Parts: sequence; structure tokens; C-alpha cells
Amino acid sequence: MSVQTWTYILVGLTFALYIGIAIYSRAGSTKDFYVAGGGVSPLANGMATAADWMSAASFISMAGIISFAGYDGSVYLMGWTGGYVLLALLLAPYLRKFGKFTVPDFIGDRYYSKTARIVAVICALIVSFTYVAGQMRGVGVVFSRFLQVDINTGVIIGMVIVLFYAVLGGMKGITYTQVAQYCVLIFAFMVPAIFISIQMTGNPIPQLGMGSTLNDGSGTFLLDKLDGLSTELGFNEYTNGSKSLTDIFAITLALMVGTAGLPHVIVRFFTVKKVKDARKSAGLALLLIAILYTTAPAVAVFAKTNLINTVSNENYSNMPVWFKNWEETGLLTFDDKNADGKIQYVADKDKNELTIDNDIMVLANPEIADLPAWVIALVAAGGLAAALSTAAGLLLVISASVSHDLVKKVFNPNISDKAELWVARGAATVAVGIAGYFGINPPGFVAAVVALAFGLAAASFFPAIVLGIFYKKMNKEGAISGMVVGIILMLFYMTKFKFGWFGGGTEADWWFGISPEGFGSIAMIANFIVAIIVLQFTPEPPVDVQEIVENIRIPSGAGEATGH
Amino acid sequence: MSEKQKKATAYWKQNVRYLFILLAIWFVVSFGAGILFKDALDAVKIGGFKLGFWFAQQGSIYVFVILIFVYVRLMNKLDKKYGYNE
Repeated sequence: MSVQTWTYILVGLTFALYIGIAIYSRAGSTKDFYVAGGGVSPLANGMATAADWMSAASFISMAGIISFAGYDGSVYLMGWTGGYVLLALLLAPYLRKFGKFTVPDFIGDRYYSKTARIVAVICALIVSFTYVAGQMRGVGVVFSRFLQVDINTGVIIGMVIVLFYAVLGGMKGITYTQVAQYCVLIFAFMVPAIFISIQMTGNPIPQLGMGSTLNDGSGTFLLDKLDGLSTELGFNEYTNGSKSLTDIFAITLALMVGTAGLPHVIVRFFTVKKVKDARKSAGLALLLIAILYTTAPAVAVFAKTNLINTVSNENYSNMPVWFKNWEETGLLTFDDKNADGKIQYVADKDKNELTIDNDIMVLANPEIADLPAWVIALVAAGGLAAALSTAAGLLLVISASVSHDLVKKVFNPNISDKAELWVARGAATVAVGIAGYFGINPPGFVAAVVALAFGLAAASFFPAIVLGIFYKKMNKEGAISGMVVGIILMLFYMTKFKFGWFGGGTEADWWFGISPEGFGSIAMIANFIVAIIVLQFTPEPPVDVQEIVENIRIPSGAGEATGH
Repeated sequence: MSEKQKKATAYWKQNVRYLFILLAIWFVVSFGAGILFKDALDAVKIGGFKLGFWFAQQGSIYVFVILIFVYVRLMNKLDKKYGYNE
């Protein structure tokens, strides 16, 4: 059977599965819709969190980025996993004990202020919208390459599927589809990785294969070989980066803290029964995520070595079929500058003739390694699972922010449960529409804005939540000014250096040598400092709020999540 | 301070102590071994891996997973000791 037939079969089967689950577990109340009724088991929640977290970026792009960045790519590996330690130790158990529906719920109640709630809602909306646009684009790319449909048609098919199960099932439908999506995406990621690891090193475990010797009888370690190839072509050694130490440090910190502050991840921990379950399910989530995150750097090494061996200094006319396939998508381009018919892939920009998009490395990897057709189709199904699961989780945060935090808590507190549920569904529908629009007409700054989402979460939510739990005397004036200063500082720095506003600037003008991607860590520190200084000059929080803090520190008696 | 209050304070203090220890390890394996001391550790090689590079792309992630499960165990025991388990 051809790759295309296999893709239709696998994608069709997985989609049928997701829709079946959504119909079976549709939401009957706002509680079902926001927190899946609060009765999700730690393992199911761990799997759902893992699928929710691992987006098209983790599945499709990350290994490719590491492939080209080498050691510098470690910021994503450590940043996007280390955040879970912060989440498990500093946030998840206490927020579960607090027992409400959304992150703005916590900020609004803990800081006894509508202003704080609205600031939190705005942050949640910005973070989630920028993210979801990227997911829709990912769906489009997979459809266009593997099913030969137009990229826009791909986005629309994705929209319809997400709309169907997010609007119908709410958190309940999403949770159980995400469990299925985790299984699909991890299987799809591991199968080719294991195949290639055996092919190149003879070791079936990619994490070990990465540090083994090559299978070609030379006895050379794979990483040494790649370091050698990279320096030969004028690149940095693969295992040594080119970014400065300060910047690596700052980016890693910003990604960790940003991960812990992302509302669509935090909200998953409202769905379990007890505080104990929240801790355990954070551990399980990271374990399940780590399977992919420790395999990705191995895939990066295999793919890069394979790629260099296949293309470097070879005749263009001898290139395999996959090369032509990807050229058609425009993600791979060859420009024979010296007209010798051979491909020069080198660091020197004037001499380099091959441009490769990061995303190809995972998607084309099975083809480059000549794996069977069903494995290639499996990767397509996995990429779709990763993109759809994350999109659905984000859409839920958006709809809950509107229906619960704005309509119910600010504009119309007397709204009935049934009416609120319909507002939530309406908001989800509108959000899918907007996300789809950005997926079809991606603004040029999508990539820049995704980094902004992490920086924003780091600069706003994380300090406010941590102080709310660990600093009983923290008051609304401190928290609000901290969040506002943090966000504005972050927005200023990003727009200045990414979009050239406020006079723009180049790398030489970076503050403390820190890139916009890493600036979230500085903005976060600013948030903490401002909050603590303002606190000194403003009144203590009321006694009943201090009692709430005492109470969330004790794990027992968590009860059920409630919106009232 | 009431008996109940005392118990809650003691529980919280122990919890914060655990957090400090676990987060210190979290910091050492990632920011320490994977970034600040990466070059020094790279002098050591285990199989095909330079040690600092291994910590940055593999080791720190394994330690993160272990840290959360250690935390879960410690806290479950602590909950039981103070009668907060359910």
C-alpha cells in the first residue's frame, strides 16, 4: 500500500476514535465543561496533561530545532520539562485545594479584586490565542504534505474536528480524547526513532543509541562523528553551542517559569479528585512527557547525521524521492550557486546552497531513513494528534475565561448554569473561528509571539500565584502592580527587539546580553520585586483572605471544584 | 496559638524545607551541570556522551521526573503523620 493510502486509513481511524470519545463523554453541566466533573484519575489526567502540553511544536518542530542548534537546543529540553517540577512543587497541589475553575478565579479571589481578575483574564487570552494559531497552522502543514490537500482546507478540517469535540464535550470530552491522542502521538514518535536507532547504532533504545558507536564498523561514537561533520562544514561543534552562557541561562529559566504559569496546563490540575492526586498526576505527566523529550535529542542527532551524509557534496540529480517531495512544499530549497550540480551544505551563507526548514526533520525523518510506508503515515497521524489536543485545551481556557471569568464573575453574576454552559460553547465556537483565521492567514510574527506567550506567562501569572500561596501577607496592590509591571516590561522588550518598536535595537543593545526569548526571567524578577516593594506601603490583606491562604496550605478537605 | 494552628504551622515548615532541598537539586542538575559547569563536566566522557552535554539533553530530565516522585512520597508520608491524608 502507498504512503497516501496508509495516511488516509490511520488519520481516518484516529479521527473516528476522537469523535466517538467526544460523543460518549459529552458535558452536561458547567462543572463537566470546565473541570470534567472533577473526577479524573491521576493517570488519565497525567496522559491528558502530556497530550495537552506536547503541541505541534514539541512533536514536529522541536527535534528539528535541536538538530540545527545542537547544544543550544537544550534550552527547550530543560525549559519545557523543568517547569513541571515548579508546577508540581509550587503550584498544582495548592491550586487544586483552592478548588475553583480557572486561573483568573484564583487571582481574583486571592487578591480580593475584580481588577486583578481582569488583568489575569487578559493575560490568559493573549497567551492562549497566540498558541492556538500555531497549532492550527501545524494541522494545515500535515494535511497539505501527507494528504495532498490545500493547506487552508487542512486548517478548516482541523477546525471542524476540534469544534466538534471541544464544544460538545468541554473539558470532559477533551480529557478523554487527549488520553487517546497521547497514545497515538507517543507511538508515532517512538516507532521511527527506534527503527532509526537500530539502523544507525544497533541499539533499540534511542536515548542510549545517541551515545553509542556507529553501526558501520568504524567504532566511532555517533556524537563524535557529528561533531566532526559539523566542524568540517564550518558549523559549530554539535555538542557546543554558540549562544552566550547568560542567554542560555535566561532562556531556560524563562521557559521553565513560563511553562509553570501557562493557564491551559495549570487548569488540568483542577480536574482531579484530591490534592494528593494533583501531585501524583504532575509526576505522571512529566514522566510521559519525558519519554518524548529524551527521545527528541536522539532523533535530532540521527536526522542531522543522516541528512549530512545523504546530501553533502552529492549530485542533485541523484537525490532520493523524499528530497523532491519536500522541495514541492517549499520547506526545502536548493539553489546551485556555483552551478556544479552538487549540493554544498555549509555554514558560510554565501556558499551554502541548501535551505532546510526545521519542521522537516521529524516529518521527513522516516523517509530519509527509508522506513516502511505505514511508519510515515503514523507520523502524520501523530502530528495531528499533537496539534489537535493542544488546540482543544487552549480553546477551553479561552471559552472559560469569557463565559466564567468575564460573563459570570464580572458582567452577570446571576446567570444560570445552563445559560453559562451555552455562553461557554458560544465562546469556544468564536475562538475556533479566530484561531482558524490566523491559521489560514498566519501573521508574520507567529513564531515571535509564541515566545512572547512564555515570557508573558512567566512575567505575569507565576509570581502572582507563587506569592499568593507562599506569602500570606501579599496584598492586591502588590500583586496587581507586579503583574502590570511584569507584562508591560516584557511587552516593551519583545516589541522593541522583535518588531523594532520604540527605536528597535540589535543584539548589541540587549540588556545584560539577554535575548527577548530569555527576557521573561528578568520581567519575572521585576514582578517579584515590585510586588514586595508596593506591599510595604499598602495595607495588609483582610483576615478572611489570610485564612484562605492558611487553608490552601493544608491538603485535606479539598472537596470538589466549584465555581461559586 | 491553638493546637490545630500549631500543627498546621509545623506541617507547613516541613513542607517548605522539602521544597528547598528538592529545588536545590533541580537547580544543580539543570542550571549547574547543564549550563554553568557544562564545559568542566564535558571533560568527562561516558560512552559517547560528554557529561555536561548529557546533563543538558538527557540527565536533567530524568532527575526532574525522579524529583517529583520523591516529593509525592515525602508529602504522602507527611500528610499521614499530621493526619491530613484522606
